[in-house]
Amino acid sequence: MTTTYTIEGATGPWELVLGLEVHAQVISNSKLFSGAATAFGAEPNSQVSLVDAAMPGMLPVINGECVRQAVRTGLAIGAQINTWSRFDRKNYFYADLPQGYQISQYQYPIVGEGEITIELEGGHKKVVGIERLHLEQDAGKSLHDQHPQFTLVDLNRSGVALMEIVSKPDMRSPEEAAAYVRKLRTILRYIGSCDGNMEEGSMRADVNVSVRKAGDPLGTRCEIKNVNSLRFIQQAIVYEASRQIDILEAGGKIDQETRLFDPGKGETRSMRSKEEAHDYRYFPDPDLLPLEFDDAFVEAQRASLPELPDAKADRLINELGVSAYNAGVLVAERENADFFEATLDAVTKATGKPTADVSKSVANFITSDLFGALNKAGQSTSTSPVSPGACAELLALQLDGTISGRIAKDVFEDMFASGKSASEIVEAKGLKQVSDTGELQAIIDKIIADNPAQVEQYRGGREKLFGFFVGQTMKATGGKANPQVVNELLKTALAG
Amino acid sequence: MRDFPTYVGMVMSIDLETVKKIASLARITLSDEEADPLKGELNNILAWVEQLSEVDTDGVPAMTSAVETSLFQRPDEVADGGYAERVLANAPSAEFGYFAVPKVIE
Amino acid sequence: MSEVLSWTLAEARDALSKGEVSSVELVDAHIKAMEAARALNCFITETPEAAREAAKAADLARSEGNAPALAGIPFANKDLFCTHGVQTTAASHILEGFVPQYDSTVGENLQKAGMISLGKTNLDEFAMGSSNETSYFGHVKNPWRLPDGTDTVPGGSSGGSVAAVAAGIGYGATGTDTGGSIRQPASFTGTVGLKPTYGRCSRWGIVAFASSLDQAGPIAKTVRDAAIMLEAMAGYDPKDSTSVNRPVPNYEAALTGDIRGMKIGIPSEYRMDGAPEEIDALWEQGKAWLKDAGAELVDISLPHTKYALPTYYIVAPAEASSNLARYDGVRYGLREMRDGGGLVDMYSATRAAGFGREVKRRVLIGTYVLSAGYYDAYYLKAQKVRTLIARDFAAAFENVDTILTPSTPSAAFAFGAKSDDPISMYLNDIFTVPANLAGLPGISVPSGMSAEGLPLGLQLLAPAFGEETLLRTADVLERQAGFSARPSRWWED
Ligand SMILES: [Mg+2]
Ligand SMILES: [Zn+2]
Repeated sequence: MTTTYTIEGATGPWELVLGLEVHAQVISNSKLFSGAATAFGAEPNSQVSLVDAAMPGMLPVINGECVRQAVRTGLAIGAQINTWSRFDRKNYFYADLPQGYQISQYQYPIVGEGEITIELEGGHKKVVGIERLHLEQDAGKSLHDQHPQFTLVDLNRSGVALMEIVSKPDMRSPEEAAAYVRKLRTILRYIGSCDGNMEEGSMRADVNVSVRKAGDPLGTRCEIKNVNSLRFIQQAIVYEASRQIDILEAGGKIDQETRLFDPGKGETRSMRSKEEAHDYRYFPDPDLLPLEFDDAFVEAQRASLPELPDAKADRLINELGVSAYNAGVLVAERENADFFEATLDAVTKATGKPTADVSKSVANFITSDLFGALNKAGQSTSTSPVSPGACAELLALQLDGTISGRIAKDVFEDMFASGKSASEIVEAKGLKQVSDTGELQAIIDKIIADNPAQVEQYRGGREKLFGFFVGQTMKATGGKANPQVVNELLKTALAG
Repeated sequence: MRDFPTYVGMVMSIDLETVKKIASLARITLSDEEADPLKGELNNILAWVEQLSEVDTDGVPAMTSAVETSLFQRPDEVADGGYAERVLANAPSAEFGYFAVPKVIE
Repeated sequence: MSEVLSWTLAEARDALSKGEVSSVELVDAHIKAMEAARALNCFITETPEAAREAAKAADLARSEGNAPALAGIPFANKDLFCTHGVQTTAASHILEGFVPQYDSTVGENLQKAGMISLGKTNLDEFAMGSSNETSYFGHVKNPWRLPDGTDTVPGGSSGGSVAAVAAGIGYGATGTDTGGSIRQPASFTGTVGLKPTYGRCSRWGIVAFASSLDQAGPIAKTVRDAAIMLEAMAGYDPKDSTSVNRPVPNYEAALTGDIRGMKIGIPSEYRMDGAPEEIDALWEQGKAWLKDAGAELVDISLPHTKYALPTYYIVAPAEASSNLARYDGVRYGLREMRDGGGLVDMYSATRAAGFGREVKRRVLIGTYVLSAGYYDAYYLKAQKVRTLIARDFAAAFENVDTILTPSTPSAAFAFGAKSDDPISMYLNDIFTVPANLAGLPGISVPSGMSAEGLPLGLQLLAPAFGEETLLRTADVLERQAGFSARPSRWWED
């Protein structure tokens, strides 16, 4: 166990209690209740149907894909799937809420309790409970600063399907909150129910923050709305917790309220300063019937799930011998894990070696060489100039001794830059490793003859000089000498 | 806010302040001259619907729909939208393809 | 008055198909009648030009042999049905000038069947009313007056539609019925009004009042005409999640004239203390007619009947308060601004100026019953009672085929007679509301006259999707009643 994260106040340490409501946009072509498109960045009001604009007499019809993705997501977080759920109206007025209500699921969500295991610093793990997941409509967008006189309203997002995923108040530090969002994002991206793109608003979090002294009951919480990056989530939590601590230590009390995080100032501020308390007047949407499906539907969705990140990491560690650290890195993004597995598969085929024998080398190569190069080039595995097949060819050449590890690094650099295959480069540059003992013996004999002083010192006990002889041999062979063969020959020769 | 009873069985009478609170939730400006008679009418109606409290509804499920049919699920196709001009055709005020409303300070 | 105006829809259809008359002749005669009847204030928007164009097209199609069944037949369209390119107001100031970019599914179905709209009929604002006195566009007058010439209300909310049909403007009209808004005004005007099973006609493109109760249906001169028109209006609509995917039968074929052996339920709870005696007398007469036609009368009990109205006056305003939230001055309709006012001020000013008194009353009641702390006591309670009401009917329909009741507790009344007391106005719907709560089909058939010479209707109810049985019984009732009175055409003087 790690020690409890606390913030030190004038009266001593304070614990944080954090719960998150993540809004994740469902990957779908059309909206939750209308056939309008969902693509990001379109012309204003160009992806708006008469239903989204809440024209009189317009009615919602649910998108089956959104139901399917909500169920898949529920299954991926090990949650209870409710085969009977219902849509309610949440009534409030706002310029970007055309109906005057949001269609959401209040009393009977499609997904109930589940859990997510998060990874923390130092390899620690923690289980965070999920309270529920429900489907609801997104609102439109209000632009307050584009016109001197008006707020401008774009309804393109109005009606886009969101999954609201509500955690239990199980998190205790900004890092845990960030790890939770990161893990949730990974899972959603694995199963393809949300693209997790926080910059485009496909994923955003409402952060519930309260503070208490160790052992005390839960304090009053504030909800910070719509925080849209991992960094902001952590900043907002620290600011908000400190704000609450200041109030409490000054003898005040916390008002339960909704607050907004200002990334520019790094502060949260109250959103409803002069507005009355909301009364959402939830009631079942009479335009819709209860959402029902059978167990066979749920099982079909279960069968459609890919291997999930936790299971994949377990397999990498336990069956393939990949280090826990590398496994964590590899599974964090599904495309990276896929790249790794494709490369591993090709290496196994090319070398004929058992998978478990080569998996470590492949994992090392991908997490350090490939990711290093991709990072530097600002690319990702999906845009990588070298394919898993090309990587496998390079690794096979190294594993069968055709090229040395050092040469392999150069070849990879060349591959990355030129797009040529490993064998082409090795061939063209004559980089094949020299393993011929006769050829190497001649070179070594010459080095020993040319460096009598060093030989004498070595034989006199300065064994460190062995490296000098290896270096000389490598230099003489242009780095192509097989290091193992060189080692053996040198040992014999120097033994005199 | 006062503590409101959550059961039927007690004739509740709403006062002017409550009428105004409801009107503000419903976003309807009410003058005092309008609110006062409305208060009486609303109270009459509420007192009249109060008779439902006589009905024993223990164990009775609330009606969720007047139709016995299952919810139709649409295929995920882009089959609508793409007509900003139709969406904006009746707008009292529009600017640059957006609906325009009095400036909101958040 | 042109002779064609006295025809029924069926007669007009047959004359058209035999080539005895052209659609242009029919439509012209109706446009003249419409223009001559402006004193009735049936229409908010008249569309004579479009109607004439459509009539020409219908005649052309007929000459080419590809005319649909009802090609060229004029009708009146309640101004709650959105019409592409034609102002749709719901009789509210807040929607004045709103020109939809779409047609309601029902309107589209009627168009496909060939029917031609003469214009948009007046109604109670947002269909909230039982006398057509809440319209922003003025009262509709009932073509039927009291003997002393006093005007009477046409009922509501489909007041313009029933008045038009009663005045011979259109061979039928569309209506919507949330708590009786088709049947009650039909009863007041000597017309036939049919509310179908909830889910039978699409609600798409009809300005919503109370979504779980609203249902479109025809207003006609005869039961046969109602059957013909319903067949054109009805059908599954994937754009309405509460629409039911079920084939539409040939309703006209259900009118066999034979109800021998049919069991007609007579609910004891529909005998109301203090109701005028003539209502009871008419009911008795109706029973005798049906019995005479070979049906069997069965006493039944619908024990929760008295709770239907209070249930309705929780459920309907609750849904309405939410359905009417979209009228906010942002995307269409009225916008009222105060100098220097913000968004909230704009909303409140717009809705204050745009909604009439009855609408405000219902929005406030609805807002209240849904608000924190009251939901369980009001809305949830009402939805539970609603279940009991539906169960009453389900139990009754295990033993009977249809149910016979009066349509209304009284004949039409004078303007202002009930407008000071909301509850006495609400009581108009006492016999019609239960069918809405249970989602069942019902029809009002003109069956007699009040002592003051105003029409009175009898109502028949049937199980869900029992429209064929309903129409068959109604057809027999209509024949037995032989209602043939017509209002004097005083408005043409
Ligand atoms: Mg939230
Ligand atoms: Zn939400």
